[in-house]
Amino acid sequence: MANPLKCDLCSKPATVHLTQIVNNKVHKVDLCETCAQAKGVTDPSGFSLADLLLKASLNPEAPSNGVRCERCGFTQNDFKKHGRFGCPVCYDTFRGVVEPMLENMHNGTAHAGKIPHRALERKSLYDRLTKLEVDLTEAIKSERYEDAARTRDEINRVKQAFAAKTAH
Amino acid sequence: MSISALIDSPSELTDTSSSKTAIVLMTRVRLARNLAGYSFPGWAKPAQREEILDKCREAVAATPQMKRCFDVAIGELSDLEKQILVERHLISRELSGAKTGAGVIVSKDQAFSIMMNEEDHLRIQVLRSGFQLKKAWTAINDLDTALEDHLDYAFSSTLGYLTACPTNLGTGMRASAMMHLPALVISNQMEKVVRAVNQLGMVVRGLFGEGSDASGSIFQISNQTTLGEAEDEIIKRLNSVLQSIIEHELNAREKLLEADAGKLLDKIGRAYGILQNSHVLTSSEAMNLLSLIRLGVDLGAFADGNRCAIDRLFIEAQPGHLQHVQKGEFEPGQRDVLRAARLRSEFANFARPDFSFATEGKN
Ligand SMILES: [Zn+2]
Ligand SMILES: [Zn+2]
Repeated sequence: MANPLKCDLCSKPATVHLTQIVNNKVHKVDLCETCAQAKGVTDPSGFSLADLLLKASLNPEAPSNGVRCERCGFTQNDFKKHGRFGCPVCYDTFRGVVEPMLENMHNGTAHAGKIPHRALERKSLYDRLTKLEVDLTEAIKSERYEDAARTRDEINRVKQAFAAKTAH
Repeated sequence: MSISALIDSPSELTDTSSSKTAIVLMTRVRLARNLAGYSFPGWAKPAQREEILDKCREAVAATPQMKRCFDVAIGELSDLEKQILVERHLISRELSGAKTGAGVIVSKDQAFSIMMNEEDHLRIQVLRSGFQLKKAWTAINDLDTALEDHLDYAFSSTLGYLTACPTNLGTGMRASAMMHLPALVISNQMEKVVRAVNQLGMVVRGLFGEGSDASGSIFQISNQTTLGEAEDEIIKRLNSVLQSIIEHELNAREKLLEADAGKLLDKIGRAYGILQNSHVLTSSEAMNLLSLIRLGVDLGAFADGNRCAIDRLFIEAQPGHLQHVQKGEFEPGQRDVLRAARLRSEFANFARPDFSFATEGKN
């Protein structure tokens, strides 16, 4: 290589060169002194090559389609800049960006580990409760009193189940 | 509990006499977790960060594991106090740089620590001295389940626990072991080991010092990937990698003794002499000397009971701990003098090495 390598993050000459093999794929990152310092390459406890690779693979010049996370306002450009997402909903919003990255980054693309069962049950009961309360209001508004009574019973049942799942 | 009480009380890392193993100094497992319905810490507005912090603190306080713990906002700590927590592996450098809306909760025995609003809302970790990966996983899994009673985690059935950075998706788990590998370093085999371990999807990094120069021959080995495998599969895979590194280190020690025992004993003997008599010691030189003494303990030159003291000194010779003991802030040059003085007094009554193990069984 006759030309000095350029830093993958800014474009100064690179002096730090890293190679790592993950799942039989070779990843290379070249960094200048400043970026190496800033990215914690010299701070072993905070250094993740995968993380750097992620940023290096995202070209900040590339045009984005202007998608914005409706929960937190995050854009694809923000992700290119920070290498982090804005909120959990961003993973739905930017599914198309995330999915192709995962294969290189991980040992699989689907979660196979722990599931927070109690939290998920609580969440689904909570969602059900919210929906039933809307139903109740509508039933009363349109004077469907039999429906309203049935909905109220159902609400009480869900509330009891919810209380049982909520720790104090 | 106050920070000074915490610093001065016995800790899992510095005062455990049990299960000190020859090669694995410490095991650590950490989980990244986030609350549903909130922006990740790096994107959340200051008021929201405070709200997240309050929610997390309340949930942590309600778990049996974290009764009577040390709970503090990062902004309330001095630079020196933060440095001490970093040196004890209780907070990350990143968290120590946070200005507002970040906190840490540490259990009394300093085995559990929970960082709040670091890169993720929660980074919960457990430290165990020695080689106890499975125990560490069980302990952190229980704490995580207890927290789940009080918090709605951001979770997707396909991507698992949702984290600010996609490199932590899935289990959000980073399991690691801190290993003392002096013979592999002396016999120039570390590069080969690092390459082999990388190929198995694990990461090796030096624990002290800069970049790849691992002073003290102490390395941290951890899983690189978090998505696609269950936690216990990752633990099992890491476990077998660690076992094989242990074997390689033990073989390297055998070979060094066979090839030129005199050269190795000379290193250990000199380290003992310098620790007893030097007046200026940089952090990295001190680490390397202590590493040789620890190797001496493993080989039988010093009594087994000393291993614990060496592991404590690995931490107490760090700049933050040195300055805490001296109750002041000192320039690096002054610290080197203080460090030498500290180690001189520690080693003044340290029994001389007994090298008879190297001649036993030989002509
Ligand atoms: Zn750069
Ligand atoms: Zn978002």
